[in-house]
Amino acid sequence: MSKLSKYDAIIIGGGHNGLTAAAYLARAGKKVLVLERRYVLGGAAVTEEIFPGFKFSVCSYVISLLKSNVIRELMLPRFGLKILPLESTFTPLDNDYLFRTSDGDQTYKEIYRHSPKDAETYKRFGPLMGQIGMAVRPILETIAPNPLNPSISDLVALKKLLNHVKGLSNEHFEYLCKLMTMSSADFLDEWFEFEPLKATMAASGIIGTFMGPRSPGSAYIMLHHYMGDIDGAFRAWGFQKGGTGELSMTIARSAKHFGADIMTEAPVKKVITKNNKAIGVALENGDEYKSNIVISGLDPKLTFLKLVDEKELPSDFIQDIKNFRIRGSSGKVNLALDGLPNFTSLPGDGPHLRGAISISPNYNYLEKAYDDAKYGNFSKEPYMDIILPSVIDPDMAPPGKHVMSCFVQYAPYNINGGWNDSKREDFGDAVINTLARYAPNIKDIILHRQVLTPKDLETTFGLTEGNIFHGELTLQQLFSLRPAVKWADYTTPIKNYFQCGSGTHPGGGITGSPGEMAAKKILNKW
Amino acid sequence: MINSHNPQKFIGHTQLKTSPFFERTSKLNQSQEWRRWGGYLAATQYDLHHENEYFAIRTKAALLDVSPLYKYSIKGPDAQSFMDRVVTRNINICEIGQVMYTPWCDEKGKVIDDGTVQHLGENNFRLTSAEPNLTWLLDNSNGMNVNIKDDSNNIAALALQGPNSRNILNCISSKSLNNLKFFRLIDTKLNGIPVTISRTGYTGDLGYEIWIDPSKSIEIWDILIKSGKSYGITPVGLNALDISRIEASLILLDVDYISSKHALIENRKSSPYELGLDWTVKIKGNDFIGKKALELEKKSPSNWKFRGIEIQWESLEKEYKKVGLPPGLPGMAWRTSTPLYFKNKQVGYATSGCWSPILKCYIALAHIHADYADINSYLDFEIKVEHFRKLTPAIVVETPFYNPKRKTSCPN
Repeated sequence: MSKLSKYDAIIIGGGHNGLTAAAYLARAGKKVLVLERRYVLGGAAVTEEIFPGFKFSVCSYVISLLKSNVIRELMLPRFGLKILPLESTFTPLDNDYLFRTSDGDQTYKEIYRHSPKDAETYKRFGPLMGQIGMAVRPILETIAPNPLNPSISDLVALKKLLNHVKGLSNEHFEYLCKLMTMSSADFLDEWFEFEPLKATMAASGIIGTFMGPRSPGSAYIMLHHYMGDIDGAFRAWGFQKGGTGELSMTIARSAKHFGADIMTEAPVKKVITKNNKAIGVALENGDEYKSNIVISGLDPKLTFLKLVDEKELPSDFIQDIKNFRIRGSSGKVNLALDGLPNFTSLPGDGPHLRGAISISPNYNYLEKAYDDAKYGNFSKEPYMDIILPSVIDPDMAPPGKHVMSCFVQYAPYNINGGWNDSKREDFGDAVINTLARYAPNIKDIILHRQVLTPKDLETTFGLTEGNIFHGELTLQQLFSLRPAVKWADYTTPIKNYFQCGSGTHPGGGITGSPGEMAAKKILNKW
Repeated sequence: MINSHNPQKFIGHTQLKTSPFFERTSKLNQSQEWRRWGGYLAATQYDLHHENEYFAIRTKAALLDVSPLYKYSIKGPDAQSFMDRVVTRNINICEIGQVMYTPWCDEKGKVIDDGTVQHLGENNFRLTSAEPNLTWLLDNSNGMNVNIKDDSNNIAALALQGPNSRNILNCISSKSLNNLKFFRLIDTKLNGIPVTISRTGYTGDLGYEIWIDPSKSIEIWDILIKSGKSYGITPVGLNALDISRIEASLILLDVDYISSKHALIENRKSSPYELGLDWTVKIKGNDFIGKKALELEKKSPSNWKFRGIEIQWESLEKEYKKVGLPPGLPGMAWRTSTPLYFKNKQVGYATSGCWSPILKCYIALAHIHADYADINSYLDFEIKVEHFRKLTPAIVVETPFYNPKRKTSCPN
């Protein structure tokens, strides 16, 4: 479908960040081509009909952090953005449950049932995390400066951030430091006592990382999940109608509206360079496209170790990229269901099925699940973050039927003996058995199951080692260190070669932020 | 008070009227928040918050009890010429099976009320309205052979609105809804129970209103809930409706305008032209009440226009950032008259507004002085940030704000 012999910019990878960058560049009048390896756009934000009539948000499944300026600037509402509320968390237990909603009073009464102290503390905790989230937001929204050899704009950015940090209250600064360094379990222990509450909150600090709730650094990832806002309200989760793939399509429609060309089934083999300068790309099929700049939306490993020759890059940089931690720790199980799961602790249909369902009864449960992974096995009883998209959006499944999305942790990429078909099925069985402990009817209502191991996430979606964030969100690889020092501002050691994926600042999740900020950085000097 | 002799029957302890669906709605209303509507209790929201109900209107199917609407039956040999005389639209081109939205005016061309005229059969009409209008109708029927009856209590009504509404009705209707055009109606049966269905509503989306014999109301409610379950049918209250009607730029009596029947001063009255309803005034047709005044107004137009405005995000965000807060957006639709300025001079006022969750935009409906009401004009909108009044830019835009194709389209 390509009509041009030369583009202003070629973007490798039609994930949501690549599409966002494309839309911004096209909006600025640039001739842009997006090249996607698969038949469908979205990367890890993709909706596919894996079983006839049932639509799965195959990988990523919720929206929280999508930036409001991206929504406005790319006019996403006009192109199909519809984020439905998803504002409760249900933690089933063996004989009881914990059910938190967006209604403060209802949640207070519910936590009070288990711990009057926690119920009161919870009212203070949410606003505090929101405030700290707000305090951190400017850092996330700044192009990461190079602290070693700062340019004038880097100095301006650093000064701004310094002033911002100076403006924090003592209390906020203290908590910010704690969140940056502590484990989520230790941090939450300072506040709460009821284990299922602590474990469910701590669980958001382990998502996508190879750490347990007691691993230092996990508190920051928990904060990362508090930085979302929808319609001005902090920490609200949402579900895009039609699944996360529909969000990618929304961004793609915006990019096309601004004039971008998008090709699917167009896998890129190499970035073509000349005198250490990117001049185009070569596809697997031999086709070549020329362009002034090339932007990779892939993870840092693929961007630097596969798409270009190592000899094009400085050896210390190569070393940094090789050391970049990208260990996959999670899998995904998507189910087509004949009916709704019936939870023993809270039977029947109800509002608890409209939000997240968290299998996280206590710290030890999560830590034991991590122990399995530490020694090279998938968790026999894994942590799970589950949603029922069809309850929120009935068009995801045929009338009366349902789809269930289970994010499952831990499943190490480097599993003992390697992943194979039978191990994948064993992993799927462990997930179903764990579910059945809380909702025994689950086994009778499964019409189809799709099990994705970290290996599958790598093979099918191009996520190296199956890491959902293109690299762990741990302190040593955030901000000016993401993915490597000196190259955290979306530039690379190769001239006219840029990066815009989740492996760049501010990291993973459906934010549009790396794509947006990369495009703005590029346009700034163009 | 719960009637202990008949546990099936729930009777609210209220001096207000309860609708024929109250037995169901009262039990579903988790928040037990009710508003008054035409002397009835009407659910404000069924959930503790209205977001889910709002998205049911825009992405699934919403079921609203609209029984409190006033309904009048107008029959008899002069029914058509009577209707044509009372309302501003040309009823002589309204076919049988057609519905027309229309305001009606006093002799001075000021709007009394607005509603729909349903042409049910030859010389058989139904008029819906927000306020009681029986006396006005009777007073204006002198010398005409027409039988006017208040049917408000004789007809129960449900609105089924949202993209899945047609699919739900097709599951249970004896006639397919596929060819029912926007603002048309049909008589059909839902699981054998006769009803009239009009393709109308107050949400600006694909949607229908179902006109029901009150004795069958609970049966119809149950049929709809059952067949709609897999399509996401959701009972919806007035909070969610209010947001969707602002997005659709549909005016509300006593909020966006005051009926000329109870305006205390002349200035409070509005003509159809001042409410953006120019298209409803048939200046070339037969005489109707208020026509002469409106002919004059057309020649020398009023100073007031009714417009949509979008409050600009960046400046709003900045104002809140100054005090360390995230942008303050209204969680619900508001109805407080809010000043609009041009260079520090007040040139209008917004009468209702909301954050539109589907457009991701802060919108409002406003009366604006004609000199400042051109599309794309910039005005200043008054907000309160931490108790202090601030001005923030708003832009005059085309309405409706939200207008999906499915609202008027038919399948294929």
